[in-house]
Amino acid sequence: MSVYNSNRGGVIQIIIGVIFILIVGQLISLQIISNKYKLAADNNAIYRKIIYPDRGIIYDRKKRALLENSISYDLVVIPNETKGVDTAMLCSILNIDKEEYKKRIIEAIIKNTRVKAGVFEPFLSPELFAQLNENLYRFPGFSLSERSIRSYPYNTAAHVLGYVAEVDVNFLKKHAAEGYEMGDYAGMTGLEKQYEPILMGQRGVKRFLRDNKGKIQGVYEKGEYDTSAIAGRNLFTSVDVEVQQLAEKVLQHKVGSVVALNPKTGGIIAMASSPGYNPNLLTGSQRRKTIGRLLMDTARPIYNRAIKGQYPPGSTFKPLGALIALDEGLITPSFGYNCFGLYTACGNARKCEHHNAGHAGNLQLALANSCNSYFLQVFRMAIDNPKYGNAKQGYLKWKEYMNGFGFGRKLGIDLPSENKANIPDTASYNRDFGGARYWNSCYMLTLGIGQDRMTATPLQLANSMAYIANEGFFYTPHFVDSIENENEEDKNLLAAFRKKQVVTKIPKAYFDAIKEGMHDVTVYGTAAFIKIPGIEYCAKTGTAQNPHGKNHSIFVCFAPKDNPTIAVAVIVENAGYGSVWAGPIGGLVMEKYLNDTLTAESQLKADNLSKVDLMPQGIKDWYIRHNRNELMTPIEYNNDELGDVWEMEVVSSEMTPKLIKADTVKKDSVKLDTAKKTKKPTPPLPKKRNKETILPNQDKKKKVLK
Amino acid sequence: MATIDNKNNFSKGTDLAVIILYFLMVTIGILCIFMVEYNPNANWSSSLVTAKNNYSKQIYFALFCSLVGIFILLTDSKLFTAFANIFYAGGILLMLATFVIGKEINGSKSWIPIAGGFNLQAAELCKIFTALALAKFISKPETDFTKIKNHLIAGIMIALPAVLSVMQHEMGLALVYSAFIFAMYREGLPPIILIVLVSFAILVIATLLLPPGILAIILTAIAGLFVLSMIKRFKKNKQTILITIGIWAICFGTVRFAVPYIFNNVFECYQTTRIYSMVGKEYDCSKNIKSASKTGTAKVKKPDDYNVKQSKIAIGSGGFWGRGFLKGTQTRGKYVPEQHTDFIFTSLGEAFGFVGTFTFLGLYLFFLFRLVRIAERQRSTFSRVYAYSVIGIFFFHIAVNISMTIGLFPVVGIPLPLISYGGSSLLTFTVLVFILLRLDADRQMVLR
Repeated sequence: MSVYNSNRGGVIQIIIGVIFILIVGQLISLQIISNKYKLAADNNAIYRKIIYPDRGIIYDRKKRALLENSISYDLVVIPNETKGVDTAMLCSILNIDKEEYKKRIIEAIIKNTRVKAGVFEPFLSPELFAQLNENLYRFPGFSLSERSIRSYPYNTAAHVLGYVAEVDVNFLKKHAAEGYEMGDYAGMTGLEKQYEPILMGQRGVKRFLRDNKGKIQGVYEKGEYDTSAIAGRNLFTSVDVEVQQLAEKVLQHKVGSVVALNPKTGGIIAMASSPGYNPNLLTGSQRRKTIGRLLMDTARPIYNRAIKGQYPPGSTFKPLGALIALDEGLITPSFGYNCFGLYTACGNARKCEHHNAGHAGNLQLALANSCNSYFLQVFRMAIDNPKYGNAKQGYLKWKEYMNGFGFGRKLGIDLPSENKANIPDTASYNRDFGGARYWNSCYMLTLGIGQDRMTATPLQLANSMAYIANEGFFYTPHFVDSIENENEEDKNLLAAFRKKQVVTKIPKAYFDAIKEGMHDVTVYGTAAFIKIPGIEYCAKTGTAQNPHGKNHSIFVCFAPKDNPTIAVAVIVENAGYGSVWAGPIGGLVMEKYLNDTLTAESQLKADNLSKVDLMPQGIKDWYIRHNRNELMTPIEYNNDELGDVWEMEVVSSEMTPKLIKADTVKKDSVKLDTAKKTKKPTPPLPKKRNKETILPNQDKKKKVLK
Repeated sequence: MATIDNKNNFSKGTDLAVIILYFLMVTIGILCIFMVEYNPNANWSSSLVTAKNNYSKQIYFALFCSLVGIFILLTDSKLFTAFANIFYAGGILLMLATFVIGKEINGSKSWIPIAGGFNLQAAELCKIFTALALAKFISKPETDFTKIKNHLIAGIMIALPAVLSVMQHEMGLALVYSAFIFAMYREGLPPIILIVLVSFAILVIATLLLPPGILAIILTAIAGLFVLSMIKRFKKNKQTILITIGIWAICFGTVRFAVPYIFNNVFECYQTTRIYSMVGKEYDCSKNIKSASKTGTAKVKKPDDYNVKQSKIAIGSGGFWGRGFLKGTQTRGKYVPEQHTDFIFTSLGEAFGFVGTFTFLGLYLFFLFRLVRIAERQRSTFSRVYAYSVIGIFFFHIAVNISMTIGLFPVVGIPLPLISYGGSSLLTFTVLVFILLRLDADRQMVLR
C-alpha cells in the first residue's frame, strides 16, 4: 500500500541513531570526561575508619612510667537507628532527663550526621559501663566504644607532661595536613604537645563499604587499601620521679617553682611549679569538671612557672656578674673592695648587709658574704669598661654575656611556650633616660645585684648553675634523653640537646674562685644551716625585691662541689629570705637525688615544709570570695585539711631558724627602690646575723623542742 | 498452507538474530539484577532455588516468557489479525476493571492481583493490544491513511489507553503510547505534524527555561521577522498573515496559559518538580492545585533529584573500564533507589564503564535496526504497522529510560526493555517481539 513511504524507514533509523548518539555523548561526558562522580561514589560508599594507635609512654630516668594508657568507654549513638530505645531507662541510668537526651541526640546529629556514630556520653565510669553493657539490647543504635586515655600512676609532673584534649577548629586549621579529624585527641601542652608526632604514632585507616543507610557492608576491596596503625613511640626522660614528687610536695601551699637538672647532660631531673594540679584530674570524665576550674583559678595552677615565671634573680646573679668581670680582665679573684656597709659611689647609698672590714676582701669572701657593694662595683666596672669607650657599648657587651649564659633568651627546652624573661635592651634605657648619652652605669646600678629590670625564669637560673658547675659550658636543658627506636629525624631533633654550649673560655682558676665562694656560702654563709649528709655543695641564696608584695625567696645551688651532677634553682614567691624557704627545698632536692633517699631528719623536714602555708593573702582572699574551700593542690600525699595549715605554720616557725619568726623583718638585705631613693631604710639586721642563725641550726631539734 | 508447515517446524522463517539478541538481553538483565542484589554474605545458589530474590524470580519469569514465546511461535499468525480488535476491547475493559479490583503499588492503582502473589499491570498488556488494533485499522483496505479523519481515529485508539493510564497515575506508561507515532508516520502521517509536535516540545521547554516576558518578546520578534521577510508574498496572500498571527497567538497562549495550567493543575506536584529539576530549576509546590488539596498528607521526602544524582554518580563512577562485576560501590551500598527496575542501567554502567554501556547500546541499536529491517521486508501492512509499533515502543522505552538515568530526561517510571526486573514488563516485551517474529515468519503470506 504505502510503498511510496518506504524512505520513511530510513528517517526512523536516523532518528533512532541521533537519539543514541545523544545518549552516548552524555555517557562520554559522565564516564570519561568527568571524574567527580568517582569521588562522589567513594564519598558515598567508603567509610574510612581511623584506627588509633596507642600513644607512646613517657618514662623517667629509671624507666618508671610517668604516664600510661588505660581504657575508657564512651557511649556512642547512631541517631538514625534509635527507634525503640527505652529512653526512660537510659535516662535513669545516665541520670539525665528527656530534654537532655533529646539535646544530646541533636548534638550528635550536628556533629556526626544521622548515620555516623557520635559520642553520647564520654568516659563512662566502671559502674555505668557495667549497667549499660547489661542493658544495651534495650537501646538500639547505642553502643559502647573503647578509647584509650592517659593515666598518671605517680600523680605527678602535670606541667611537664601536659595533657591531651580533643582538637578544636583552630587546631585543625593549624594542622590541616596532618590528618586530624574532629573528635581526635592531641597533646595540648607540655611534652605531650612537644612530642605529639612521636607519641601519637601513625594512625591506620580501614576502609569499609557502607550502604545508603550508613550500615557497614563489609571490608572494602579485602583491605587492599588499608594501612595499619603504628604505635606511638616511648620517650625516655631524665626526670627522677621521686625527686619530682618531693619537689612538688615541699612546694605545697606555696607559689613557686623548683628546677633541678644534671649539668653533665642538661637533662632535667625535676621541674615543679606550684600551685599545680593532679594530672589525673584532666583525663577521662574528670576533665570536664576540672578544666574550667583550673583555668579560672587566680593562682594559675596550669601555668608552668618553671619556664614562664619571671623573677629578678637577686643575689643569685652575683657569681655571674663576677664571671663577666673576670673574663673581661677587669678583676682577678683577689680583687677586693673596701665595703663599709653602704655603696655610695653613685650618690644615693646602697645598703650592704655587712660592714665589718674585709668582708669583701677578695672575690671568694665577697661571694660568701654576698656583699652588695662589691658586686655593684664589679658591675659598674663591666659597664664602664674603658675597652668599649662608653656605657652603652659596655652594657651591650655585658648583655652579650648574659645572653650567652642563657638569660634574656629562650634556652630551647623541649617544652612549648618557654618564656625568655628579660635582660633589658639599651633601647629601654635610652627611652627612659632620654637617649644613650644620658645614662651610665649608675642608672642601672642594681642590675649588678640581680635586680632592676633583669628577670629570669627558674629554668634559666638552674641552667646558670649548670654553667658554673661545668666551668664554662652547659647543655640545653631538656627532658627527653632518648626516643624509642630513634631514627635520623629524631637524632636531628635531639642533636640540639647533645651539643655543648660553650660560652667563653674563662680560666679554671676563676671558676675555682667562684665555686669556693659559693661553697663558703654553704659553710658559713647564708646557706650554712642547710646540709646534705656527706656531700659538699655550692650555693647562693637570693632574696629578690619585687613589685608584687613580699620578697621572693630564691636559692640556686649545685652538688657535689667537685664533679657536680645536679644543679637546682628554687623560687618561692613572696616568701621572704632565700635561705629560709627556697634554701631548704633546694637542699632536700639535692639530697634526694644524690643519696637516693632522705634521712629521717630530712624526711621530717620535708613533711613539715610541705605543710607550711606561704600562699599570698591575695590568693587566699580570692579563694574565700569564690567559695573554694580547697586550694587546687591536688597531690594526694597531703591528706591534711587546709584548716590545719595555721597550726602547721606554728610548727614551721618553730622548726625554722629564729630569724623567720621575726616576721617583723620585712625587707631583705638588698634595698633598692629607685623610685623612693630617699626612703628611710628599715633598721638594718643585727650584725653577724648569719652566724647566729647558723649556729643554732646545727642542733635545730633542740630549738624546736625548746 | 505455510502456517501448517510452520506448525511442524516453528523455527523455520523466524529471525534467528532477533531470538539470539532477545536471550542475550534477558541474560544481561538477570546478571544486572544479580549485581544489584548480590550480598557476599548470603549463599546465592540456595536463594536461586527458593526464588526469594528478585534475580531468581526474574529467571523464572524468563523461563515462563520463553514458554510463552514458543507458544506464540506455534500459533497461527492469522489469529492476531482476527482477534486484534477483540484483544483491544478486552484490554480496555481490563484497564477499566483495574479501577475496581486494582491494587495499589508504589502509588499507582494499576495492578491486578493474580494467583501466587504476582500482579499484572493491564496498561502494560494494552500496549500489545493497541499495537495490534492499530495495525488492523491501518491495514484495512478502506482505510486511507492520508486522510486526517483516519489520523484522528488512530489517535483516539492510541489515546484511550493512554488516558486510562494517566488516570491510574502511570504517567510513564501513558507517555509510551506516544511511541505509536512512529508507525503512523511510516504509514503516511504528514511530517508537518511531527514538526509541529517537536516545535511544541521546544516551546514548552523554552517556557520552563526563559522568563515569560522575554519569551513573549522572542516569539513576537520571530513572527515579526517572518512577516517582514515575506512581506511581498503576503501582499498577494493575506491568508498567510492570518495564519502567522494565529500561530503566534497559539504559541503565546501556550506559553502564558497552557503550560502553567498543565504544570499547576494537571500534573502532580512531584511530576512538575521533576520536570523543573531537569532544567535546573525549583518548583514551588504551593502553586500546584493537586498538592494544595492534600497538603496534610505531604510527606518529607529526599530531594527529588536524589535518584538522578545517585544514578549519575553510579554511572559516572564506572569510568572508562568500569569497576568490575559485583564491585560497584553505589550498587553494593544500594544508593540508587529502584535500581533493579527503572534504574537497572546504573548497575551496568558502574560495573562495566563506558566500554560496557557503549557495547550495550550497540546491541540495542543493532536490535532496533534489525527490527526496522524486518518491518521493511513485510509485504502486509498489518505486519509492518505492528513492527513499527514494536520498534516505537522499544525505542521509546530505551531512550527515555537511559536518558533519565543519565540525566537527560525527567524521571518517568518506565522500565528498560528485557533488562529491568518485573514479570509484567518482561512478558509484554516478550509477547511484542514474538508476535512480530511469528508475523515475520509468515511474511510471504498476505495478511493484509
